Amino acid sequence: MTGALAAILQRDIRLALRQGGGAALGLVFFLLIVTMTPLAIGPDPALLARIGPAMLWLAAVLSILLGLDRLFQADVEDGSLQQMRLSSAPLELVVLAKATAHWLVTGLPLVIAAPVYGLLLALSPAAMLAVTITLLVGTPALVFIGATGAALTAGMRRGGLLLAILSLPLMTPVLIFGVSATMSALDGLTPFRTPLLVLAALSLFSLVVGCAASAAALRAND
Amino acid sequence: MILTANSLSCRRGGRLIFRDISFRVASGSALVVTGDNGAGKSSLIAMIAGLLAPAEGDITLRDDQERAPGELIGLMAHRDGLKPALTVQENLSWARRLLGASAMGVGEALEAVGLSHAMDMPVEHLSAGQRRRVSLARLLTCSRPVWLMDEPAGALDQRSIRGLTALMQQHLAGGGVIVAATHQPLGLDNALTLHLAPPSIAAGDEEPFWEDDDCEDELLMGYAPTRAGQ
Repeated sequence: MTGALAAILQRDIRLALRQGGGAALGLVFFLLIVTMTPLAIGPDPALLARIGPAMLWLAAVLSILLGLDRLFQADVEDGSLQQMRLSSAPLELVVLAKATAHWLVTGLPLVIAAPVYGLLLALSPAAMLAVTITLLVGTPALVFIGATGAALTAGMRRGGLLLAILSLPLMTPVLIFGVSATMSALDGLTPFRTPLLVLAALSLFSLVVGCAASAAALRAND
Repeated sequence: MILTANSLSCRRGGRLIFRDISFRVASGSALVVTGDNGAGKSSLIAMIAGLLAPAEGDITLRDDQERAPGELIGLMAHRDGLKPALTVQENLSWARRLLGASAMGVGEALEAVGLSHAMDMPVEHLSAGQRRRVSLARLLTCSRPVWLMDEPAGALDQRSIRGLTALMQQHLAGGGVIVAATHQPLGLDNALTLHLAPPSIAAGDEEPFWEDDDCEDELLMGYAPTRAGQ
């Protein structure tokens, strides 16, 4: 069973790297939003440093949403999902393997790029560190919430927009706690630890609930 | 190994597709499922694979070696289950890790279906018939004794169909079980035939108004359920 899950994880990473569009596309999209912010708001470093963490978080949420619609849809269309359902691994763990692979190719690059992109928004080193840590802890929650939406819309031809409408409201708490944790680096008044722990809890919660819900949605699809 | 189905009914989207289907297939024999478009052949295959829950009845799969039912079934479905961006070899090695490897290696299986030259080609460059043969190679190279095949001869040329029959015969000789839904006669020895008819016809009602085999799928699927509702 572990072998089957490792095979799914590796295949999805290989597909994302080979087809392009996965990791690189999300990063470029992330970069575009970040560079457009100073153009839209004005090049005032104090203002940018103030809203920078929030902009990075918003950009991360949108970038993660970008590739999610194909997470299960491609496998439903070409029949590989049927083959995966015949493996000895339960469908919940298949979902876990697929979502983890998706996080590794879309979420993790965002976390790594966040400090670099923070430079564009005149973030202080402390704020850069805070954004990077919160993204590392919070992006798994975004992926697993999005996976549930992706599983629900897997059978639809143009499910992408519906996926965004279904997932974004559920992603709001993650965004709120992610941004509020980074605020501590800016004002020194708000605590850092408490929102970060809530963020970690949200990630763990959506991992469990997301895998079970996605599997149920995929089963109902057939 | 014995595959048994007891009075199965299939209902999809509230419509009755077939009812009261029973059969028993033992090691070394095949069940050939025939029937018009929309008669429920693919649904029956999906039910045996455990992908679709029967509305009534049950399916049991008993294995002498006491392997779990989840480790016995290999599927050659309507959709091939191959990733277009990966090569034939990568697709098959993945399937081996996913479903368990049989004694036959990837190279050997591809040779058996006459595709050894395509080993390193991406699947997107293959024709429909070639993909079908890769899908057959997957059954050969994975350790799944029960082969469920949905239109295995679809898109295949005459020579490949003969090859397909030979490989199926070989699998049966090795103690395997095959359930194949097909329109074309495959010429298997030791095969039972199950003909799926819309419920109303099975119950001895009047003949259907359509005779033409080229009818649209939708029409036929729409036909059976309205009758069944009466």
